[in-house]
Amino acid sequence: MKLRDIIKALDAELLVKLNDLDQEVTCAFGSDLISDILHCTQEKTLLLTGLTNPQVVRLSDMIDLYGIIFVRGKRPSPDLIKMAQERELPLISTMYTLYKSSGILYNLGLRSCKITHG
Amino acid sequence: MADYWYFQPEFEERTLTFLSQRYEPEDTLVFTIKERDFIDSGNASSTIKNYLQKLGVKPEILRRVAIAAYEAEINVTAHTRGGKVKANIHKDFIHLMFSDKGSGIKDIEQSMSPGFSTADKVMQEMGFGAGLGLPNIKRNSDMLHIMSGENQPTCLEIIIYFGEKILPDHGRSK
Amino acid sequence: MNIPLIDFVNAINGKVLTQTTGLDQIMVTGGYVSDLLSDVMGNAREGQVWITIMRHLNVIAVASLVGLSAVVFARDMLPDQQIISKAEEENICLISSDLSAFRLAGKLYTLLEINN
Repeated sequence: MKLRDIIKALDAELLVKLNDLDQEVTCAFGSDLISDILHCTQEKTLLLTGLTNPQVVRLSDMIDLYGIIFVRGKRPSPDLIKMAQERELPLISTMYTLYKSSGILYNLGLRSCKITHG
Repeated sequence: MADYWYFQPEFEERTLTFLSQRYEPEDTLVFTIKERDFIDSGNASSTIKNYLQKLGVKPEILRRVAIAAYEAEINVTAHTRGGKVKANIHKDFIHLMFSDKGSGIKDIEQSMSPGFSTADKVMQEMGFGAGLGLPNIKRNSDMLHIMSGENQPTCLEIIIYFGEKILPDHGRSK
Repeated sequence: MNIPLIDFVNAINGKVLTQTTGLDQIMVTGGYVSDLLSDVMGNAREGQVWITIMRHLNVIAVASLVGLSAVVFARDMLPDQQIISKAEEENICLISSDLSAFRLAGKLYTLLEINN
């Protein structure tokens, strides 16, 4: 799925300036726990989360992220947006819940990322 | 003070040899970690990761170093009065040493069990209450050593092998 | 549209951990995915299934307060017997599945919004 289509499907807002909205996103992962995200994700991932503190952007320094979708209308601070802009990391904000966002994207064919169990 | 040791069996002998000699690294990076600075925390780990990436360390190893270092860095930020990390880079492994100014781990065995957490409400809201930090460090490390006690400083050492020599035998030109 | 809980359990190949009866009688109106207790307290609604990987005792307390009838643990996360017993006391159905939270949400959404 293209980033552009994801933003449209979630009626969402892009929070950073990006040149390429046509980049392909292959899979997604939803979680609100930093250690869980670090442990689980085995491949490049689109992250859906309710977390909006700067450590979410730090995650992208440790593991590969296509971008971050903030659910429930949550908006991160300008500092966090600046951190993401420096990294050219797409940040997207949607009013939908994590459940609804996942439901919509899943039904549009976005698959769940390969994860580590246990 | 209590000691906790974990060795990945495959590397146990090599690691013990190193620990008995503690020979000089090829290169050293040192970072200060500030208490409760959740904006900057993680910076040391990503800098170490990027440094190793430039040396040509493989992506799956980089990932393990990044995750283990990050979890340890967050622990110092969240649970101590601040500290530092020293990253000693050897020819075929990295040796990370985190030290802090307390307030220590009461029961290390207990803190290693998944799900055990002492995170406060503020940290939980930031996504850190899962009790997965130390288990995450352990499963990504080839050696983990924790020395701590209640109201004591903690010293946490990690060794991760690169799986190949990334530096030539005569060291790097400075 | 609502669906009986049993339909969701079947769709996700879920294991029912509690001795809950009448899974065809418990109606599901929606889902809520979260690993933050305060978020669930503030935003989840009665009739929703809570999908999470958290498995400590507070999960049951929060589910009970909000009036959730079922909690699904993603990725084979299994709670202790103590927590299962507590859930039984509170009449909350606990289910585990090997799917990720993203996929569980996707499947529930399909049942409720797409197929219905």
